[in-house]
Amino acid sequence: MAEKYFTPEIETMPRDEIKKLQSERLVKQIKNVYENVEPYRKKMDAAGVKPEDIHGIEDLHLLPFTTKDDLRDEYPYGMLARPLSDCVRIQSTSGTTGKRVVAFYTQNDIDMWDECCARAITAVGGTKDDVVQVCYGYGLFTGGPGLNGGSHKVGSLTLPMSSGNTDRQLQFMQDLKATILCCTPSYAEYLAESAINTGAIDNIHIKAGIFGAEAWTEEMRRDIENKFGRGMKAYDIYGLTEITGPGVAFECSDQGGMHVNEDYFIAEIIDPKTGEVLPYGSKGELVFTTIAKEAFPMIRYRTRDICVLSDSQCPCGRTHVRMSKPMGRTDDMLIIRGVNVFPSQIETVLLEQGYEANYQIIVDRVNNSDTIDVNVEMTPEKFTDNLGKVADMEKQLVSALKSMLGIFAKVHLVAPRTIARSEGKAVRIIDNRKL
Amino acid sequence: MTVKQISVFLENRKGQLNEITKILAQAGINLLALNIAETTEYGIVRIIVDDVAAATDALIGAGMVVKVSDVSRVTISNSVGGLNSALQKIADAGIDIEYMYSMVSGDSENADMVFKTADSTALEAALAN
Repeated sequence: MAEKYFTPEIETMPRDEIKKLQSERLVKQIKNVYENVEPYRKKMDAAGVKPEDIHGIEDLHLLPFTTKDDLRDEYPYGMLARPLSDCVRIQSTSGTTGKRVVAFYTQNDIDMWDECCARAITAVGGTKDDVVQVCYGYGLFTGGPGLNGGSHKVGSLTLPMSSGNTDRQLQFMQDLKATILCCTPSYAEYLAESAINTGAIDNIHIKAGIFGAEAWTEEMRRDIENKFGRGMKAYDIYGLTEITGPGVAFECSDQGGMHVNEDYFIAEIIDPKTGEVLPYGSKGELVFTTIAKEAFPMIRYRTRDICVLSDSQCPCGRTHVRMSKPMGRTDDMLIIRGVNVFPSQIETVLLEQGYEANYQIIVDRVNNSDTIDVNVEMTPEKFTDNLGKVADMEKQLVSALKSMLGIFAKVHLVAPRTIARSEGKAVRIIDNRKL
Repeated sequence: MTVKQISVFLENRKGQLNEITKILAQAGINLLALNIAETTEYGIVRIIVDDVAAATDALIGAGMVVKVSDVSRVTISNSVGGLNSALQKIADAGIDIEYMYSMVSGDSENADMVFKTADSTALEAALAN
Protein backbone atom coordinates (compact mmCIF):
# COMPACT_ATOMS: atom_id res chain seq x y z
CA MET A 1 0.00 0.00 0.00
CA ALA A 2 1.43 3.34 -1.00
CA GLU A 3 2.04 5.42 2.09
CA LYS A 4 0.07 8.61 2.18
CA TYR A 5 0.71 11.74 4.12
CA PHE A 6 -1.74 14.39 5.18
CA THR A 7 0.81 17.21 4.86
CA PRO A 8 3.68 15.67 2.89
CA GLU A 9 5.93 18.75 2.78
CA ILE A 10 6.03 18.83 6.59
CA GLU A 11 5.88 15.12 7.35
CA THR A 12 8.75 14.24 5.02
CA MET A 13 10.74 17.45 5.51
CA PRO A 14 14.52 16.83 5.63
CA ARG A 15 15.78 16.74 9.21
CA ASP A 16 17.99 19.82 8.93
CA GLU A 17 14.99 21.81 7.74
CA ILE A 18 12.86 20.50 10.60
CA LYS A 19 15.53 21.64 13.03
CA LYS A 20 15.64 25.05 11.35
CA LEU A 21 11.86 25.38 11.57
CA GLN A 22 11.92 24.28 15.23
CA SER A 23 14.63 26.79 16.04
CA GLU A 24 12.74 29.69 14.47
CA ARG A 25 9.53 28.77 16.26
CA LEU A 26 11.29 28.16 19.58
CA VAL A 27 12.93 31.60 19.60
CA LYS A 28 9.56 33.25 18.94
CA GLN A 29 7.76 31.13 21.51
CA ILE A 30 10.31 31.87 24.25
CA LYS A 31 10.06 35.60 23.57
CA ASN A 32 6.27 35.24 23.69
CA VAL A 33 6.11 33.37 27.00
CA TYR A 34 8.70 35.63 28.62
CA GLU A 35 6.61 38.66 27.75
CA ASN A 36 3.16 37.21 28.39
CA VAL A 37 3.33 34.45 31.01
CA GLU A 38 4.53 35.56 34.39
CA PRO A 39 5.43 32.11 35.80
CA TYR A 40 7.72 31.46 32.81
CA ARG A 41 9.33 34.90 33.16
CA LYS A 42 9.95 34.32 36.87
CA LYS A 43 11.44 30.88 36.28
CA MET A 44 13.71 32.15 33.51
CA ASP A 45 14.80 35.12 35.62
CA ALA A 46 15.57 32.79 38.51
CA ALA A 47 17.63 30.60 36.18
CA GLY A 48 19.36 33.66 34.71
CA VAL A 49 18.11 32.98 31.17
CA LYS A 50 16.87 35.77 28.89
CA PRO A 51 14.96 35.30 25.63
CA GLU A 52 18.05 36.68 23.85
CA ASP A 53 20.04 33.67 25.07
CA ILE A 54 17.85 31.32 23.06
CA HIS A 55 19.10 31.26 19.46
CA GLY A 56 17.74 27.87 18.48
CA ILE A 57 17.05 24.32 19.63
CA GLU A 58 20.70 23.96 20.69
CA ASP A 59 19.88 26.37 23.56
CA LEU A 60 16.74 24.56 24.68
CA HIS A 61 18.58 22.86 27.56
CA LEU A 62 19.19 26.27 29.17
CA LEU A 63 15.49 26.69 29.89
CA PRO A 64 13.87 25.58 33.17
CA PHE A 65 11.47 22.63 33.19
CA THR A 66 7.73 22.94 33.69
CA THR A 67 5.97 20.36 35.87
CA LYS A 68 2.42 19.35 36.58
CA ASP A 69 2.77 21.03 39.99
CA ASP A 70 3.50 24.33 38.24
CA LEU A 71 0.26 24.00 36.28
CA ARG A 72 -1.65 23.18 39.41
CA ASP A 73 -0.20 26.17 41.23
CA GLU A 74 -1.25 28.45 38.38
CA TYR A 75 -4.76 26.99 38.05
CA PRO A 76 -6.74 28.15 36.22
CA TYR A 77 -5.42 31.16 34.30
CA GLY A 78 -1.78 31.56 35.38
CA MET A 79 -0.17 29.85 32.37
CA LEU A 80 -2.29 31.63 29.75
CA ALA A 81 -0.30 33.39 27.04
CA ARG A 82 -3.33 34.94 25.38
CA PRO A 83 -6.29 36.94 26.65
CA LEU A 84 -9.27 34.75 27.49
CA SER A 85 -11.22 36.41 24.71
CA ASP A 86 -8.87 34.75 22.20
CA CYS A 87 -9.59 31.29 23.65
CA VAL A 88 -12.38 29.14 22.24
CA ARG A 89 -12.13 25.87 24.19
CA ILE A 90 -10.94 24.22 27.34
CA GLN A 91 -10.13 20.56 27.92
CA SER A 92 -9.10 18.99 31.18
CA THR A 93 -7.08 16.09 32.49
CA SER A 94 -8.96 13.15 33.93
CA GLY A 95 -7.47 13.60 37.39
CA THR A 96 -9.69 15.29 39.95
CA THR A 97 -9.31 17.62 42.93
CA GLY A 98 -5.77 18.69 43.46
CA LYS A 99 -4.47 17.18 40.26
CA ARG A 100 -6.73 18.75 37.66
CA VAL A 101 -5.14 20.66 34.84
CA VAL A 102 -7.25 22.90 32.61
CA ALA A 103 -5.80 23.57 29.16
CA PHE A 104 -6.93 26.44 26.92
CA TYR A 105 -7.07 26.54 23.12
CA THR A 106 -7.36 29.32 20.60
CA GLN A 107 -8.95 28.49 17.24
CA ASN A 108 -5.44 28.10 15.81
CA ASP A 109 -4.59 25.68 18.61
CA ILE A 110 -7.67 23.60 17.76
CA ASP A 111 -6.75 23.66 14.06
CA MET A 112 -3.23 22.50 14.91
CA TRP A 113 -4.57 19.70 17.09
CA ASP A 114 -6.97 18.62 14.33
CA GLU A 115 -4.02 18.63 11.92
CA CYS A 116 -2.08 16.29 14.25
CA CYS A 117 -4.97 13.85 14.41
CA ALA A 118 -5.61 14.15 10.66
CA ARG A 119 -1.99 13.07 10.09
CA ALA A 120 -2.54 10.11 12.42
CA ILE A 121 -5.70 9.02 10.59
CA THR A 122 -4.05 9.42 7.18
CA ALA A 123 -1.04 7.41 8.40
CA VAL A 124 -3.26 4.40 9.07
CA GLY A 125 -4.75 4.67 5.57
CA GLY A 126 -7.69 6.94 6.33
CA THR A 127 -9.20 9.08 3.55
CA LYS A 128 -12.39 11.02 2.96
CA ASP A 129 -13.98 7.75 1.86
CA ASP A 130 -13.57 6.22 5.30
CA VAL A 131 -16.06 6.02 8.13
CA VAL A 132 -14.32 6.81 11.42
CA GLN A 133 -15.98 5.54 14.58
CA VAL A 134 -14.75 7.52 17.58
CA CYS A 135 -15.52 5.77 20.86
CA TYR A 136 -13.19 7.72 23.07
CA GLY A 137 -15.10 9.78 25.61
CA TYR A 138 -16.27 13.20 24.44
CA GLY A 139 -16.24 16.12 26.84
CA LEU A 140 -13.40 17.45 28.96
CA PHE A 141 -11.35 14.37 28.08
CA THR A 142 -9.28 15.05 24.96
CA GLY A 143 -9.71 11.63 23.34
CA GLY A 144 -13.07 12.15 21.65
CA PRO A 145 -12.70 15.80 20.58
CA GLY A 146 -9.17 15.19 19.23
CA LEU A 147 -9.91 12.29 16.90
CA ASN A 148 -13.27 13.84 16.00
CA GLY A 149 -11.48 16.98 14.78
CA GLY A 150 -8.86 14.97 12.91
CA SER A 151 -11.49 12.89 11.17
CA HIS A 152 -13.36 16.03 10.07
CA LYS A 153 -10.15 17.52 8.75
CA VAL A 154 -9.42 14.42 6.67
CA GLY A 155 -13.01 14.61 5.42
CA SER A 156 -13.98 11.16 6.67
CA LEU A 157 -17.52 10.45 7.76
CA THR A 158 -17.28 10.76 11.53
CA LEU A 159 -19.34 8.71 13.98
CA PRO A 160 -19.11 10.60 17.30
CA MET A 161 -20.12 7.62 19.42
CA SER A 162 -18.29 8.52 22.62
CA SER A 163 -17.59 5.69 25.06
CA GLY A 164 -19.80 2.87 26.31
CA ASN A 165 -23.00 1.17 25.10
CA THR A 166 -21.30 -1.72 23.33
CA ASP A 167 -24.48 -2.97 21.62
CA ARG A 168 -25.01 0.39 19.96
CA GLN A 169 -21.31 0.63 19.05
CA LEU A 170 -21.50 -2.71 17.24
CA GLN A 171 -24.82 -1.84 15.60
CA PHE A 172 -23.42 1.39 14.12
CA MET A 173 -20.16 -0.33 13.23
CA GLN A 174 -22.15 -2.79 11.08
CA ASP A 175 -24.95 -0.59 9.75
CA LEU A 176 -22.79 2.41 8.85
CA LYS A 177 -19.85 0.29 7.73
CA ALA A 178 -17.20 1.86 9.93
CA THR A 179 -13.69 1.29 8.59
CA ILE A 180 -11.53 3.02 11.22
CA LEU A 181 -12.00 2.59 14.96
CA CYS A 182 -10.66 5.03 17.57
CA CYS A 183 -10.78 3.99 21.25
CA THR A 184 -8.68 2.57 24.05
CA PRO A 185 -6.96 -0.72 23.18
CA SER A 186 -8.77 -2.56 25.96
CA TYR A 187 -12.14 -1.37 24.66
CA ALA A 188 -11.13 -2.38 21.12
CA GLU A 189 -10.42 -5.86 22.39
CA TYR A 190 -13.73 -5.94 24.22
CA LEU A 191 -15.63 -4.76 21.13
CA ALA A 192 -13.94 -7.42 19.00
CA GLU A 193 -14.78 -10.15 21.49
CA SER A 194 -18.38 -9.02 21.75
CA ALA A 195 -18.61 -8.96 17.97
CA ILE A 196 -17.25 -12.50 17.76
CA ASN A 197 -19.64 -13.74 20.44
CA THR A 198 -22.72 -12.23 18.80
CA GLY A 199 -21.65 -13.13 15.27
CA ALA A 200 -21.57 -9.42 14.35
CA ILE A 201 -17.93 -9.83 13.36
CA ASP A 202 -18.99 -11.16 9.93
CA ASN A 203 -20.55 -7.79 9.09
CA ILE A 204 -17.72 -5.66 10.44
CA HIS A 205 -15.21 -4.02 8.12
CA ILE A 206 -12.79 -2.23 10.42
CA LYS A 207 -9.47 -2.04 8.53
CA ALA A 208 -7.52 0.03 11.04
CA GLY A 209 -7.72 1.13 14.64
CA ILE A 210 -6.09 4.06 16.44
CA PHE A 211 -5.74 3.04 20.04
CA GLY A 212 -4.32 5.11 22.88
CA ALA A 213 -4.86 6.65 26.32
CA GLU A 214 -3.56 3.56 28.10
CA ALA A 215 -0.63 1.18 28.04
CA TRP A 216 -0.77 -1.87 25.78
CA THR A 217 1.59 -4.48 24.48
CA GLU A 218 2.64 -5.96 21.13
CA GLU A 219 0.83 -9.11 22.20
CA MET A 220 -2.39 -7.14 22.65
CA ARG A 221 -1.85 -5.56 19.24
CA ARG A 222 -1.63 -8.97 17.53
CA ASP A 223 -4.60 -10.17 19.53
CA ILE A 224 -6.80 -7.23 18.45
CA GLU A 225 -5.67 -7.59 14.83
CA ASN A 226 -6.47 -11.31 14.83
CA LYS A 227 -9.85 -10.82 16.43
CA PHE A 228 -11.00 -8.23 13.90
CA GLY A 229 -9.35 -10.24 11.12
CA ARG A 230 -9.45 -9.36 7.37
CA GLY A 231 -5.98 -7.82 7.64
CA MET A 232 -7.06 -5.24 10.22
CA LYS A 233 -4.14 -3.23 11.67
CA ALA A 234 -3.93 -1.72 15.15
CA TYR A 235 -1.95 1.50 15.65
CA ASP A 236 -0.80 3.41 18.68
CA ILE A 237 -1.28 7.12 19.33
CA TYR A 238 0.18 9.31 22.07
CA GLY A 239 -0.81 12.57 23.63
CA LEU A 240 -1.55 14.45 26.80
CA THR A 241 -3.87 17.31 27.60
CA GLU A 242 -1.06 19.57 28.78
CA ILE A 243 0.59 19.40 25.36
CA THR A 244 -2.62 19.29 23.30
CA GLY A 245 -4.27 15.84 23.50
CA PRO A 246 -4.00 12.74 21.29
CA GLY A 247 -1.90 13.19 18.17
CA VAL A 248 1.25 14.59 19.77
CA ALA A 249 2.78 11.45 18.24
CA PHE A 250 1.25 8.70 16.10
CA GLU A 251 2.17 5.39 14.52
CA CYS A 252 2.60 4.87 10.77
CA SER A 253 2.26 1.68 8.69
CA ASP A 254 5.67 0.54 9.95
CA GLN A 255 4.18 0.10 13.47
CA GLY A 256 7.64 0.76 14.87
CA GLY A 257 7.19 3.74 17.17
CA MET A 258 5.20 6.96 17.02
CA HIS A 259 6.27 9.95 14.93
CA VAL A 260 6.28 13.13 17.01
CA ASN A 261 4.71 16.06 15.16
CA GLU A 262 7.98 17.95 15.34
CA ASP A 263 6.83 21.09 13.59
CA TYR A 264 4.66 21.71 16.66
CA PHE A 265 6.45 19.88 19.48
CA ILE A 266 10.11 19.47 20.39
CA ALA A 267 10.71 16.17 22.16
CA GLU A 268 13.65 15.61 24.50
CA ILE A 269 14.69 12.68 26.67
CA ILE A 270 16.21 13.60 30.01
CA ASP A 271 17.65 11.82 32.99
CA PRO A 272 14.74 12.20 35.44
CA LYS A 273 17.13 12.55 38.38
CA THR A 274 19.63 15.09 37.06
CA GLY A 275 17.57 16.76 34.34
CA GLU A 276 20.45 16.23 31.91
CA VAL A 277 19.48 15.82 28.25
CA LEU A 278 20.22 12.31 26.94
CA PRO A 279 21.02 11.41 23.33
CA TYR A 280 18.51 9.65 21.05
CA GLY A 281 18.37 5.94 21.83
CA SER A 282 18.63 6.50 25.60
CA LYS A 283 15.82 5.59 27.93
CA GLY A 284 14.62 8.50 30.03
CA GLU A 285 11.83 10.93 30.78
CA LEU A 286 10.02 12.45 27.83
CA VAL A 287 9.89 16.25 27.80
CA PHE A 288 7.91 18.40 25.36
CA THR A 289 8.11 22.02 24.30
CA THR A 290 5.18 23.32 22.29
CA ILE A 291 6.55 25.74 19.73
CA ALA A 292 3.36 26.67 17.90
CA LYS A 293 0.70 26.66 20.60
CA GLU A 294 -0.83 30.06 21.35
CA ALA A 295 -3.06 29.92 24.43
CA PHE A 296 -1.32 27.40 26.66
CA PRO A 297 2.33 27.01 25.64
CA MET A 298 4.39 24.43 27.51
CA ILE A 299 8.12 24.92 27.83
CA ARG A 300 10.09 21.75 28.61
CA TYR A 301 7.07 20.08 30.15
CA ARG A 302 7.99 16.92 32.03
CA THR A 303 5.54 14.19 31.02
CA ARG A 304 6.79 11.67 33.64
CA ASP A 305 6.56 9.05 30.90
CA ILE A 306 9.68 6.94 30.39
CA CYS A 307 10.51 6.19 26.77
CA VAL A 308 13.14 6.21 24.02
CA LEU A 309 13.40 8.55 21.01
CA SER A 310 14.83 7.50 17.66
CA ASP A 311 15.75 9.55 14.60
CA SER A 312 16.58 6.50 12.49
CA GLN A 313 15.07 6.55 9.02
CA CYS A 314 11.52 5.21 8.92
CA PRO A 315 10.43 3.01 5.98
CA CYS A 316 7.24 5.09 5.74
CA GLY A 317 9.21 8.10 4.54
CA ARG A 318 8.30 10.37 7.44
CA THR A 319 11.31 12.18 8.82
CA HIS A 320 9.97 13.14 12.24
CA VAL A 321 11.55 11.38 15.24
CA ARG A 322 9.77 8.40 16.67
CA MET A 323 9.05 7.72 20.32
CA SER A 324 8.65 4.26 21.78
CA LYS A 325 5.58 3.26 23.72
CA PRO A 326 5.88 4.67 27.25
CA MET A 327 7.70 2.02 29.30
CA GLY A 328 6.75 3.34 32.71
CA ARG A 329 6.42 6.44 34.83
CA THR A 330 8.82 8.46 36.92
CA ASP A 331 6.05 9.02 39.45
CA ASP A 332 3.54 6.55 40.87
CA MET A 333 0.66 7.55 38.62
CA LEU A 334 -1.57 4.66 37.53
CA ILE A 335 -3.76 4.73 34.46
CA ILE A 336 -6.99 2.88 35.23
CA ARG A 337 -9.48 2.60 32.36
CA GLY A 338 -7.85 5.64 30.81
CA VAL A 339 -8.15 7.69 33.99
CA ASN A 340 -5.06 8.99 35.79
CA VAL A 341 -4.99 7.86 39.40
CA PHE A 342 -2.43 8.97 41.96
CA PRO A 343 -2.02 6.94 45.16
CA SER A 344 -1.82 10.27 47.02
CA GLN A 345 -5.46 10.92 46.07
CA ILE A 346 -6.46 7.64 47.72
CA GLU A 347 -4.42 8.57 50.77
CA THR A 348 -6.22 11.92 51.03
CA VAL A 349 -9.62 10.20 51.02
CA LEU A 350 -8.59 7.70 53.69
CA LEU A 351 -7.29 10.41 56.02
CA GLU A 352 -10.42 12.52 55.46
CA GLN A 353 -12.58 9.53 56.34
CA GLY A 354 -10.63 8.80 59.52
CA TYR A 355 -8.62 5.80 58.42
CA GLU A 356 -4.90 5.33 58.65
CA ALA A 357 -2.94 6.14 55.52
CA ASN A 358 -1.87 2.54 55.38
CA TYR A 359 -3.41 0.95 52.35
CA GLN A 360 -2.75 -1.30 49.40
CA ILE A 361 -3.88 -0.78 45.83
CA ILE A 362 -4.31 -3.83 43.63
CA VAL A 363 -4.75 -3.19 39.94
CA ASP A 364 -5.68 -5.93 37.51
CA ARG A 365 -7.26 -6.40 34.12
CA VAL A 366 -10.34 -8.62 34.07
CA ASN A 367 -12.20 -9.22 30.79
CA ASN A 368 -10.13 -6.44 29.18
CA SER A 369 -11.21 -3.88 31.71
CA ASP A 370 -9.00 -2.51 34.46
CA THR A 371 -10.05 -3.14 38.03
CA ILE A 372 -8.85 -1.37 41.13
CA ASP A 373 -9.17 -2.75 44.63
CA VAL A 374 -8.17 -0.81 47.72
CA ASN A 375 -7.39 -2.66 50.94
CA VAL A 376 -7.95 -0.48 53.99
CA GLU A 377 -7.25 -1.37 57.59
CA MET A 378 -10.08 -1.18 60.12
CA THR A 379 -9.23 1.13 63.01
CA PRO A 380 -10.31 0.89 66.68
CA GLU A 381 -11.86 4.37 66.39
CA LYS A 382 -14.05 3.47 63.41
CA PHE A 383 -14.99 -0.04 64.50
CA THR A 384 -18.44 -0.72 65.92
CA ASP A 385 -20.36 -3.83 66.96
CA ASN A 386 -23.01 -3.11 64.33
CA LEU A 387 -22.54 -4.85 60.97
CA GLY A 388 -24.81 -2.41 59.15
CA LYS A 389 -22.72 0.52 60.30
CA VAL A 390 -19.52 -1.17 59.18
CA ALA A 391 -21.11 -1.84 55.78
CA ASP A 392 -22.13 1.84 55.62
CA MET A 393 -18.55 2.91 56.35
CA GLU A 394 -17.41 0.78 53.46
CA LYS A 395 -20.02 2.32 51.15
CA GLN A 396 -19.07 5.82 52.23
CA LEU A 397 -15.45 5.08 51.44
CA VAL A 398 -16.36 3.75 47.99
CA SER A 399 -18.37 6.87 47.23
CA ALA A 400 -15.65 9.24 48.51
CA LEU A 401 -13.10 7.43 46.33
CA LYS A 402 -15.44 7.62 43.35
CA SER A 403 -15.82 11.37 43.69
CA MET A 404 -12.06 11.85 44.14
CA LEU A 405 -10.85 9.50 41.40
CA GLY A 406 -13.76 9.60 38.99
CA ILE A 407 -13.82 5.81 38.78
CA PHE A 408 -15.21 2.98 40.89
CA ALA A 409 -12.74 1.31 43.24
CA LYS A 410 -13.68 -1.74 45.26
CA VAL A 411 -12.90 -1.31 48.95
CA HIS A 412 -11.90 -4.15 51.25
CA LEU A 413 -11.80 -3.54 54.99
CA VAL A 414 -9.03 -5.70 56.40
CA ALA A 415 -7.79 -6.46 59.89
CA PRO A 416 -5.27 -4.00 61.31
CA ARG A 417 -1.56 -4.60 60.79
CA THR A 418 -2.22 -6.94 57.90
CA ILE A 419 -0.82 -4.44 55.40
CA ALA A 420 2.94 -4.17 55.62
CA ARG A 421 4.11 -0.98 57.29
CA SER A 422 6.39 1.13 55.18
CA GLU A 423 10.03 0.37 55.64
CA GLY A 424 11.42 3.15 53.55
CA LYS A 425 9.19 2.44 50.57
CA ALA A 426 5.94 0.62 51.17
CA VAL A 427 4.61 -1.78 48.60
CA ARG A 428 1.37 0.12 48.22
CA ILE A 429 0.70 -0.73 44.62
CA ILE A 430 0.40 -4.19 43.17
CA ASP A 431 -0.18 -3.97 39.45
CA ASN A 432 -1.08 -7.41 38.14
CA ARG A 433 -1.83 -6.20 34.61
CA LYS A 434 0.48 -7.79 32.09
CA LEU A 435 1.55 -4.72 30.16
CA MET B 1 -28.89 -6.83 83.67
CA THR B 2 -26.42 -4.79 81.70
CA VAL B 3 -23.25 -6.67 80.82
CA LYS B 4 -20.13 -5.85 78.81
CA GLN B 5 -19.78 -7.32 75.37
CA ILE B 6 -16.50 -7.40 73.43
CA SER B 7 -16.71 -7.07 69.63
CA VAL B 8 -13.77 -8.03 67.45
CA PHE B 9 -13.25 -7.23 63.76
CA LEU B 10 -12.20 -10.25 61.74
CA GLU B 11 -11.53 -10.85 58.09
CA ASN B 12 -13.63 -13.67 56.69
CA ARG B 13 -10.73 -16.09 56.26
CA LYS B 14 -9.85 -19.57 57.41
CA GLY B 15 -8.51 -19.81 60.95
CA GLN B 16 -9.45 -16.28 61.99
CA LEU B 17 -11.95 -17.29 64.67
CA ASN B 18 -9.48 -19.81 66.01
CA GLU B 19 -7.03 -16.93 66.51
CA ILE B 20 -9.44 -15.33 68.97
CA THR B 21 -10.27 -18.49 70.88
CA LYS B 22 -6.55 -19.27 71.14
CA ILE B 23 -5.78 -15.83 72.61
CA LEU B 24 -8.61 -16.18 75.11
CA ALA B 25 -7.67 -19.73 76.10
CA GLN B 26 -4.06 -18.73 76.65
CA ALA B 27 -5.19 -15.81 78.82
CA GLY B 28 -7.32 -18.19 80.90
CA ILE B 29 -10.61 -16.61 79.91
CA ASN B 30 -13.91 -18.47 79.74
CA LEU B 31 -16.42 -17.70 76.98
CA LEU B 32 -20.03 -17.36 78.08
CA ALA B 33 -21.49 -16.42 74.70
CA LEU B 34 -20.36 -15.96 71.13
CA ASN B 35 -22.12 -14.55 68.12
CA ILE B 36 -20.89 -13.76 64.62
CA ALA B 37 -22.28 -11.30 62.10
CA GLU B 38 -20.52 -11.60 58.78
CA THR B 39 -20.34 -10.52 55.16
CA THR B 40 -18.38 -12.44 52.53
CA GLU B 41 -15.31 -10.31 53.33
CA TYR B 42 -15.32 -9.62 57.05
CA GLY B 43 -17.18 -10.31 60.23
CA ILE B 44 -17.86 -8.99 63.69
CA VAL B 45 -17.38 -11.50 66.48
CA ARG B 46 -19.26 -10.57 69.66
CA ILE B 47 -18.38 -12.31 72.87
CA ILE B 48 -19.33 -12.26 76.54
CA VAL B 49 -16.55 -13.44 78.86
CA ASP B 50 -15.94 -13.92 82.55
CA ASP B 51 -13.15 -11.32 82.70
CA VAL B 52 -13.73 -8.39 80.35
CA ALA B 53 -10.60 -6.41 81.28
CA ALA B 54 -8.24 -9.36 80.90
CA ALA B 55 -9.87 -10.46 77.63
CA THR B 56 -9.72 -6.94 76.18
CA ASP B 57 -6.07 -6.57 77.13
CA ALA B 58 -5.18 -9.92 75.59
CA LEU B 59 -7.02 -9.20 72.32
CA ILE B 60 -5.67 -5.66 71.93
CA GLY B 61 -2.24 -6.95 72.83
CA ALA B 62 -2.51 -9.39 69.94
CA GLY B 63 -3.29 -6.51 67.56
CA MET B 64 -7.04 -7.00 67.27
CA VAL B 65 -9.52 -4.19 66.74
CA VAL B 66 -11.83 -4.39 69.73
CA LYS B 67 -14.85 -2.49 70.98
CA VAL B 68 -16.50 -2.93 74.35
CA SER B 69 -20.17 -2.05 74.57
CA ASP B 70 -23.12 -2.52 76.90
CA VAL B 71 -25.74 -5.16 76.14
CA SER B 72 -28.64 -6.51 78.16
CA ARG B 73 -28.55 -10.02 79.58
CA VAL B 74 -32.05 -11.28 80.12
CA THR B 75 -33.15 -14.52 81.70
CA ILE B 76 -36.22 -16.11 80.19
CA SER B 77 -38.05 -19.35 80.86
CA ASN B 78 -36.61 -22.41 79.12
CA SER B 79 -40.03 -23.60 77.97
CA VAL B 80 -42.30 -23.49 74.95
CA GLY B 81 -43.15 -19.86 74.15
CA GLY B 82 -40.54 -18.48 76.56
CA LEU B 83 -38.70 -16.41 73.98
CA ASN B 84 -41.93 -15.51 72.22
CA SER B 85 -43.34 -14.02 75.37
CA ALA B 86 -40.22 -11.90 75.93
CA LEU B 87 -40.18 -10.69 72.32
CA GLN B 88 -43.89 -9.85 72.49
CA LYS B 89 -43.25 -7.54 75.45
CA ILE B 90 -40.35 -5.88 73.64
CA ALA B 91 -42.47 -5.39 70.53
CA ASP B 92 -45.37 -4.01 72.54
CA ALA B 93 -43.02 -1.49 74.14
CA GLY B 94 -41.93 -0.37 70.67
CA ILE B 95 -38.29 -1.22 71.27
CA ASP B 96 -36.02 -1.90 68.31
CA ILE B 97 -33.64 -4.86 68.66
CA GLU B 98 -30.34 -4.30 66.83
CA TYR B 99 -29.29 -7.91 67.34
CA MET B 100 -29.64 -10.72 69.84
CA TYR B 101 -28.15 -14.09 70.64
CA SER B 102 -28.27 -16.72 73.35
CA MET B 103 -25.75 -17.49 76.03
CA VAL B 104 -25.07 -20.12 78.71
CA SER B 105 -27.42 -20.23 81.61
CA GLY B 106 -26.87 -21.37 85.17
CA ASP B 107 -29.72 -23.83 85.26
CA SER B 108 -31.89 -25.84 82.89
CA GLU B 109 -35.14 -24.16 83.98
CA ASN B 110 -34.13 -20.88 82.36
CA ALA B 111 -32.28 -19.61 79.32
CA ASP B 112 -30.24 -16.43 78.98
CA MET B 113 -30.49 -14.09 76.05
CA VAL B 114 -28.36 -11.10 75.08
CA PHE B 115 -30.11 -8.11 73.52
CA LYS B 116 -28.60 -5.05 71.89
CA THR B 117 -31.02 -2.13 71.89
CA ALA B 118 -30.66 1.62 71.93
CA ASP B 119 -32.03 1.84 75.48
CA SER B 120 -31.29 -1.01 77.88
CA THR B 121 -33.28 0.58 80.72
CA ALA B 122 -36.41 0.63 78.59
CA LEU B 123 -35.82 -2.98 77.60
CA GLU B 124 -35.49 -4.13 81.18
CA ALA B 125 -38.58 -2.17 82.20
CA ALA B 126 -40.58 -3.78 79.38
CA LEU B 127 -39.51 -7.27 80.39
CA ALA B 128 -40.16 -6.68 84.09
CA ASN B 129 -43.91 -6.47 83.43
